[in-house]
Amino acid sequence: MYSISFLIGFSLLAGFAVAASPDVETRSRRVRLSASVIALASVLLALFHLASGPEFFALSPGVLHVLDWMFTIGGVGLALVLLYFCRRIVAREWYIPVLVVLQTGLMLSAEFAEVTPEVAHPFYIDSFTVLMTLIVGVVGGLICIHAIRYMQDYHAHEKTVPNRQAAFYFMLFLFLASMFGIVFSNHLLWLFFFWEVTTLCSFWLIAYSGTDEAVRNGFRALGLNLIGGVSFAAAIAWLTFGPGLHTWELDQLIAAGSAMALIPAVLIAVAGLAKSAQLPFSSWLLGAMVAPTPVSALLHSSTMVKAGVFLLVKLSPVFYDTYAGLLLSLIGGVTFLVTSLVAVNQRNAKLVLAYSTIANLGLIVMCAGVGTAGAMWAAILLILFHAVAKALMFLAVGTTEHLIGSRDIEDMEGLVYRRPAMAAMMLVGILGMFLAPFGMLLSKYTSFQAFLSMDVMLGDGLMLATILAFGSAPTLFFWSKWMGKLVAMPRRLPPGTDPIPRDEAIALVSLTLITYVACALFPLADKVFVIPYTDYLGALGLIPVVAASIPWDNIAIMSLMLAGLFLMPLAFWLRPPRHAEVSGYLSGANVSGSASYRGAMGVERVVESRGYYLSGFIREDIMMRYGMLGAGVLIVVMVGGVAL
Amino acid sequence: MNTPTWLLAFGFILLGPLVGALLAGLDRRLTARMQSRQGPPLLQPIYDVLKLFEKDTLVVTGLQTLYLWGFLFFMVVSGFIIFLGGDLLLSVFALTVSGIFLCLAAYSTNSPYSNVGSSRELMLMMAYEPMLILVPLGFYLVADSFRVSDIVAGSPWQVLQLSGILIGFLFVLTIKLRKSPFDLSSSHHGHQELVKGITTDFSGSDLALVEIAHWYENTILLAWLYLFFAPLGLAVALPLAFVLFFAEVLVDNTHARLKWSSTLKASWLVTIVFGVTNLMLLPLMT
Amino acid sequence: MSFLKKSPWVLHYAATSCNGCDIELLACLTPTYDVERFGIVNTGNPKHADIFLVTGSVNEESRKVVENLYAQMPDPKVVVAIGACALSGGIFRDAYNVYGGIDKVIPVDVYVPGCAARPESIIDGIVKALDILEERAKERKRQRKVVPA
Repeated sequence: MYSISFLIGFSLLAGFAVAASPDVETRSRRVRLSASVIALASVLLALFHLASGPEFFALSPGVLHVLDWMFTIGGVGLALVLLYFCRRIVAREWYIPVLVVLQTGLMLSAEFAEVTPEVAHPFYIDSFTVLMTLIVGVVGGLICIHAIRYMQDYHAHEKTVPNRQAAFYFMLFLFLASMFGIVFSNHLLWLFFFWEVTTLCSFWLIAYSGTDEAVRNGFRALGLNLIGGVSFAAAIAWLTFGPGLHTWELDQLIAAGSAMALIPAVLIAVAGLAKSAQLPFSSWLLGAMVAPTPVSALLHSSTMVKAGVFLLVKLSPVFYDTYAGLLLSLIGGVTFLVTSLVAVNQRNAKLVLAYSTIANLGLIVMCAGVGTAGAMWAAILLILFHAVAKALMFLAVGTTEHLIGSRDIEDMEGLVYRRPAMAAMMLVGILGMFLAPFGMLLSKYTSFQAFLSMDVMLGDGLMLATILAFGSAPTLFFWSKWMGKLVAMPRRLPPGTDPIPRDEAIALVSLTLITYVACALFPLADKVFVIPYTDYLGALGLIPVVAASIPWDNIAIMSLMLAGLFLMPLAFWLRPPRHAEVSGYLSGANVSGSASYRGAMGVERVVESRGYYLSGFIREDIMMRYGMLGAGVLIVVMVGGVAL
Repeated sequence: MNTPTWLLAFGFILLGPLVGALLAGLDRRLTARMQSRQGPPLLQPIYDVLKLFEKDTLVVTGLQTLYLWGFLFFMVVSGFIIFLGGDLLLSVFALTVSGIFLCLAAYSTNSPYSNVGSSRELMLMMAYEPMLILVPLGFYLVADSFRVSDIVAGSPWQVLQLSGILIGFLFVLTIKLRKSPFDLSSSHHGHQELVKGITTDFSGSDLALVEIAHWYENTILLAWLYLFFAPLGLAVALPLAFVLFFAEVLVDNTHARLKWSSTLKASWLVTIVFGVTNLMLLPLMT
Repeated sequence: MSFLKKSPWVLHYAATSCNGCDIELLACLTPTYDVERFGIVNTGNPKHADIFLVTGSVNEESRKVVENLYAQMPDPKVVVAIGACALSGGIFRDAYNVYGGIDKVIPVDVYVPGCAARPESIIDGIVKALDILEERAKERKRQRKVVPA
């Protein structure tokens, strides 16, 4: 219990302390210190709760009462802050204040209802929570450290952006605090409060630069997340006033099973879909790209979107063997397929990452909707691997952008030779995102197995498996294409050898190591974080107890592959074969090495080749439009179907 | 996991390339015969590779050799899994990784021809990947396991149940073997607009590595074909697999090359029409 | 024995030829002559080739190309000049833009005369080149032993 309050409270205090720093030096030091303490505390918490079953914490009635009031006042205050920000909306964003008022009204009516459910255990810890804590604390902490130097460079580059770094760091730490709140709260009202705080933070951080584009995108994020918020509030209102289930506790909600809890679960799922940027809500995450890179990294990897899928996976037992669950999976599936295809179109590295984030979350949602032990296993490991690899990728792209002055994939040509360390880290990140034997693939493997053993209706799992098969193909294409650019021998070596700034290097190297270690030690992660959780749910009788383990020989072979991936470059580095170097083949017309050739009329022409983006083949706008339409219809059917 | 499967798996590592080389030699001979030529000796692919090891190796970048070793390594792992009776889906994944390493090697040389070749190769991978994944899924539905050992011990009727999958697999097999009409990443004959596509800038021992990996790949693909018929017993299954394997040579010699967009569309269409439909109908057939 | 003899891969380049010799050279690949019987493959790529077959005389346009292609061929390698023009410039030898035979630019090992050279003589030239190739391969092996590559 103390560890929980420490993590939430310390993050909050750290935010204040950083914001109140007198000068830049002190602030950097405080950010570094606070982020390290948070990361360390998360690790300690993980060690203390290693592989233990869930623990629920009760509070004395007095404390509970005080906290209740604080959260109520906090909720109202939050609404007021949001309404205050709404002074900058344009006409067509009229719905945002309406949504704020609506959700606050719903919440207050629930809180001041005549009979409110008793909350026995407002906080809890289980192994899934521990994993999320690690992700939020360690990955989030590293992102904060990376931000120190990045933001200095950012402001040096963008002279017009007002320097509001003190508030910026406050928001980052507030974000972490509310994420801890989300993962530890069993009290749904409190959870909702933290949920809305993340919405607020993301809005502020996206709109950080204050340009019109940034502000509009910020409001889009706010609006779409508020739709989810209203849905969440409606779920709480249902749990307060509605017939049947009458509880404010998350574990009670889950334990009630699909017969009792489906309606609130589906409503909360809509909130989760909005937060995790699934179609049709995905546009806010793409808009969030205008924010400084640490913000994108935070939103995409360890916080925000992970809060959405965290809740969906938590609710997953409720969806087990229901049509609502199948529809949820299909929404994830449509998102996965559409965004994977659209990502092929993108030249901007950050947009590739954004689309791939949405796609991967889609995959997690697919698993969450299935709700068997195997599917949850896959979903939780996906959350882990995606968080570390994606954070690494974002930070690497951010640093690279500052080093080479571009985030265009084509401009990253030859990074292996120009910036070996950067490129190596990026390659690990990319490999971690999609390739065997790294974690993603493992989760895909289990997902296939889980889908095929689904039994809601005829051909349901096959549908999902087919979507996964077709969606994986473009994933492979755009990542490999990117890797191809990185490993390409540059035809000319461009100058420029600024070292990677220290803080950024610390964050990047740590994340690279974590990605590698997470992949190497995944059986351990599986034993410690996932199995206790699914076993517990199985013991409650919520999901069928199946040993969803990967056979030992598969693990052995995957370890062999991983070892190969590690040892081959090592052997190569120790004993490089000494082959003579020669220019690339240019039909014998080479003029200066591989860089130029003698063209028609004896004119020297520079060699240029670009990747394939298939923009005539995959039309981004059309794909996204139909994807949104399809997913929108599915959501309507899901909510409508359950309500009837 | 008993001794015979271990023997088989290590046998694959040692003899796999030999079998693959003979398949390649037979292929060249058959092609020659179809063009009313006599063709090279059966062992010609082996002579070629032994020769390549006698040659110097010229590289554009030293790292290309590393990527090629990756190509070979993961190819061997992929086959090793199959012959060990292990997990077919994992084997597909390893095969994919190895393909990506080949592309990386070609990308790293960064000549326009290698670039076009590897981009097209990736495109082809995108085209065949869904079908390649559907095959283990189909086996899983009939044999209730991804494991090769279980599939081999499955019902003799499985090939009929999976006939759509088999058709789809034969289609993508043409792509995997880089045969016309899908030889867009690397043509057999160099004197074309693509030169040698993906292998343009490999020479000497580097090229030999590619060839050896292709031999392994031939053996692996033959093993995949064999799997469809495996429960019928070696005497029936092996000849059938051979016949289907060499049917690809006929296709190769009777078709002109397609564009990448047609290839992609055609293979996804076939995957859906034959593969997915087959999977959807499976519950009705059992 | 060297396997180079069993699998000589050739690269064909037409340096300003009239295409007469080129047609004869390509005829070697047809079913009538079918040089693939001997493992001969036309690679169209210097990096894969062992034997460089050049037809036509050299002028300013083709000089750099011949040099580049030769440089991109891995050792051991041989050059066969095919046809009168490639040998000496042929009837174009006095033209103002012609340098002369291939040996003005790169070392030539075998000269196949004829205008145009007949397929039989081209095959004969390649067979001659094989002996030289084997000699070079042995030489190369010795060099590698002295100085590991």
